[in-house]
Amino acid sequence: MDITATKPGFDWRKRRFLLIEGAIVLAIILLLIFVIPPFLVSIGQAFRVNLLGRYLALAIVALGIDIIWGYTGILSLGHGLFFALGGYALAMYLQLQPDGQLPDFFSLYGVESLPIFWQPFSSLPFTIFAAIIIPTVVAAVLGYLVFRNRIRGVYFAILTQAALIVFFNFFNGQQKLINGTNGLKTDTATIFGQTVGSSTVQWSFYMLTVVLLAVAYALCRWLTSGRLGRLLIAIRDDEPRVRFTGYDPTAFKVLVFAASAGLAGMSGALYTVQSGIITPKAMDIAFSIEMVIWVAVGGRASLIGAILGTLIVNFAKSFLSEKFPEVWLFFQGALFLIVVTVLPGGLVGWVRSQGLDYSRTLLRGKQRVTTYPSLEEDPDVEYERQDLTNRKSDG
Amino acid sequence: MSDKILQIENLTVSFDGFKAIKNLNFSLDPGELRVIIGPNGAGKTTFLDTITGKTQPTIGRVIFKGRDLRGLKEYQIARMGIGRKFQTPRVYLNLTPRENLELSCNRRKNIIGAVFGKPTTAERRTVGGLLETIGLTHKADIQAALLSHGEKQRLEIGMLVAQSPDLLLVDEPVAGLTDEETEKVGDLLMALAESHSIIVIEHDMEFVRQIARQVTVLCEGTVLCEGTMDEVQNDPRVIEVYLGHQDEDEAA
Amino acid sequence: MLSGLLDGIFSGISIGSVLLLAALGLAIVFGLMGVINMAHGEIMMLGAYTTFVVQNVFKGFGGVWFDLYIFFALIAAFIVTALFGLVLERGVIRYLYGRPLETLLATWGVSLILQQFVRSVSWVLVIGIVLFCLLFFGALKFLSRRPDFDRIRNWVITIMLPLSAAIAIVTGIVIGQTYKLAATKPWFGAQNVDVTAPRWLRGGLPVGDFQLSYARIFIIVLTITCVVAVYLFLNRSAWGLRIRSVTQNRSMSACLGIPTQKVDALTFALGSGLAGIAGCAVSLLGSVGPNTGQNYIVDTFMVVVVGGVGKLVGSIVAAMVIGTATYLVGSGTLANLLEPVKPLADFFTFFATTSMAKVMVFALIVVFLQFRPAGLFPQKGRTVDA
Repeated sequence: MDITATKPGFDWRKRRFLLIEGAIVLAIILLLIFVIPPFLVSIGQAFRVNLLGRYLALAIVALGIDIIWGYTGILSLGHGLFFALGGYALAMYLQLQPDGQLPDFFSLYGVESLPIFWQPFSSLPFTIFAAIIIPTVVAAVLGYLVFRNRIRGVYFAILTQAALIVFFNFFNGQQKLINGTNGLKTDTATIFGQTVGSSTVQWSFYMLTVVLLAVAYALCRWLTSGRLGRLLIAIRDDEPRVRFTGYDPTAFKVLVFAASAGLAGMSGALYTVQSGIITPKAMDIAFSIEMVIWVAVGGRASLIGAILGTLIVNFAKSFLSEKFPEVWLFFQGALFLIVVTVLPGGLVGWVRSQGLDYSRTLLRGKQRVTTYPSLEEDPDVEYERQDLTNRKSDG
Repeated sequence: MSDKILQIENLTVSFDGFKAIKNLNFSLDPGELRVIIGPNGAGKTTFLDTITGKTQPTIGRVIFKGRDLRGLKEYQIARMGIGRKFQTPRVYLNLTPRENLELSCNRRKNIIGAVFGKPTTAERRTVGGLLETIGLTHKADIQAALLSHGEKQRLEIGMLVAQSPDLLLVDEPVAGLTDEETEKVGDLLMALAESHSIIVIEHDMEFVRQIARQVTVLCEGTVLCEGTMDEVQNDPRVIEVYLGHQDEDEAA
Repeated sequence: MLSGLLDGIFSGISIGSVLLLAALGLAIVFGLMGVINMAHGEIMMLGAYTTFVVQNVFKGFGGVWFDLYIFFALIAAFIVTALFGLVLERGVIRYLYGRPLETLLATWGVSLILQQFVRSVSWVLVIGIVLFCLLFFGALKFLSRRPDFDRIRNWVITIMLPLSAAIAIVTGIVIGQTYKLAATKPWFGAQNVDVTAPRWLRGGLPVGDFQLSYARIFIIVLTITCVVAVYLFLNRSAWGLRIRSVTQNRSMSACLGIPTQKVDALTFALGSGLAGIAGCAVSLLGSVGPNTGQNYIVDTFMVVVVGGVGKLVGSIVAAMVIGTATYLVGSGTLANLLEPVKPLADFFTFFATTSMAKVMVFALIVVFLQFRPAGLFPQKGRTVDA
């Protein structure tokens, strides 16, 4: 086969796929902004728009988990930490609005002047920067310290969980610094002269969330395609091999862990303004593991899967806990068990591997012969076939 | 002294008091193909571990191209030009052979290179050529998990070459292969020996005879003897460690 | 000053021994089998609730019986949790060996189910579950005798699963309607329940101007007993030898005729049983609730990580060190001791609450892992590849 001859065609096909994908993403954005909210409002379910906005914000952290867990094989049980850091950053800014006055709760604890680390948060650009950069830096430091010693797998998972608990305790215990257990409220604050809880502001945050989700998707898409994406999969498959090939896996793991924490921070900030409050509860152990299950339900190593999984699980949660509050934990527990034992590839994985065949069986009652790789795709067969035709044409 | 590509001086490696390698001295000329044999537990794999930086020497030095390797990480040593093939084939199962090779072939292995880099035309051509050399052109774009054992072995050797190292370390390349595949791998190694220095560890004597020019016998962590295949085979000490004395032949 | 330090050390050791007791089962399951059991804390909770039930039963007997209930509770807790562990291993975990991250998620699911279970368990729920199991697994068992079972298996499951579930739910609702509150009232509810310690465990031994609480001394003795028993079991008994051999080389052990599946089940049951005993001990220290397990899980994992996998002595040392350090920092003892050195004292005063002490201990653990990534007593020897 002539490699150089096939290459340009290959690129062209790839570009066309990218264009189609871009068009689909754009269509979904438009749908989410212009079709679904008016529809929900018209059937009298306006509060679902707010829920949808929150879940879309959560989908951003799911994307972050997907790139480290699905692609790189690093399981973090501590993403609630980065999520909360982002949320707190924005909430601190909102507390200081409109004119940098001392937030009310401080007077309860007899604090008279603003603690130093609060001061930069009176600036919006700094806050936006901090909501993403602080989690990134914390993750990079933690990741570096842990990955450097080749601690991985379950050990890493446990350490991230411990880190989460530590920050939870810290935030919980420090009333004088960040209002402890009560957390920071954002919905009564004002931004650009309007109450955050008002519908106009909420609507803009909804649109912002949709757009940022698309940006996050594009970022993850870019990270996971191309050379870095392949390298991440290589690290998941066989880290020592990567090392002996001349790459430093620690650096890449730190990079992708930090990026994923940055996404979590963004997600936390967007979620906080839409839910109206951030408390240390965001660093609950359970919440962080839940994030992993969103990705698992949707399908690991599939970005679409992460987003879908988040939406499905969360809407199921809001539905079940409204109707049968007792059942939700049972259901969630069962979900963990089922996804792990029966559906390891998640929904997207199932559709990819079996769904098409399955639906065909249902429709026509006849299954395609599945030798794997199926006969018509087997390169050996293909090769022989070409060989034969060549020989025929020669002779 | 530094016309040798690899020089090992007085190397001792111990794990909690157990000396896997004792006072080992070894050197390799550029362009040489050397086979290392030795009974189980002779320290062959530890020997490779020490060269590639997975294990640090307790005493002694490993000098590659005139530079002491002490304290360097595996990836740094790999970038200096030492490639290693493991006993069992280790390729990235969820990538295609082409992607496997591209990753190894990439010259810019730092973060920037991996995030922003794209395979250059030259690299693509190298990969294409390599796929042909290892006979996987027609399977270049399926998952490596679907390859047979022998194909994985060849792919891994291909990945080593793609790294374009100066020194190749190959650990039991023909374990578990059919005779036909063994011969293929042998030819491949011989072809590679034209342009690389190679150290091969092997148990299969037929195979060793096929490729060996110079053989080193390791036993209990030190070099027992060195020479051509015939010299080594007739050395009474080698016969002793492999076959044992008549009265203690099960002792090994 | 001296008595303060003594008090600190005693309390530290007593916290450490609770940690050790809780971590012991985990160390066995994690260290020997490589299984991360996130439900370990909930199994402890199960043990604590068993203690609560046993206590209520013995309260009826009164007198001397009530004084001795704790020993029966220990045995009952061990048996109940070991059985639960057995079911868990056979039902879920054995399908997931070699996939530690998946095991972690699955056992987390189990822990959620357990938490909700103790909240809402009632006669109706129990009857429903038993009925469902009888119908579903009974049908599977019955049909599996048919020669064409493999072919119809999926159909059987698709039909029987909703069918048995529906029958169970309907029966549950009917019973609930007929017997009203008697059947639907939760046994424990979402509130915490209190276990009353027997009389001889209340109060404490006065030493100087502070007290060594009897309950804590009891826990220390219990921990020592458990550690010794586990050590003897693993190192002296035939099954212990089998467990250790399977740990070292599973396939070789299987070739030598060791029933590896039984060994796995036994090991897991043992680990769970120890969690049950730990739960029983914990119930003496405070009230027991559905979230009891959550409080221990992270700490016990830290013990195992710091101690190093597969070594009992590592867990012992790690538990004692973590326990003592947490107490000394958290109670402010260290801050008091360092009074003369002003900045240091201020520094430690900042961390002088239980939760802030954890912050500091975790930081120390991360620093420690920089020097000993494999823990205090790592498993030694050569490993192939990796």
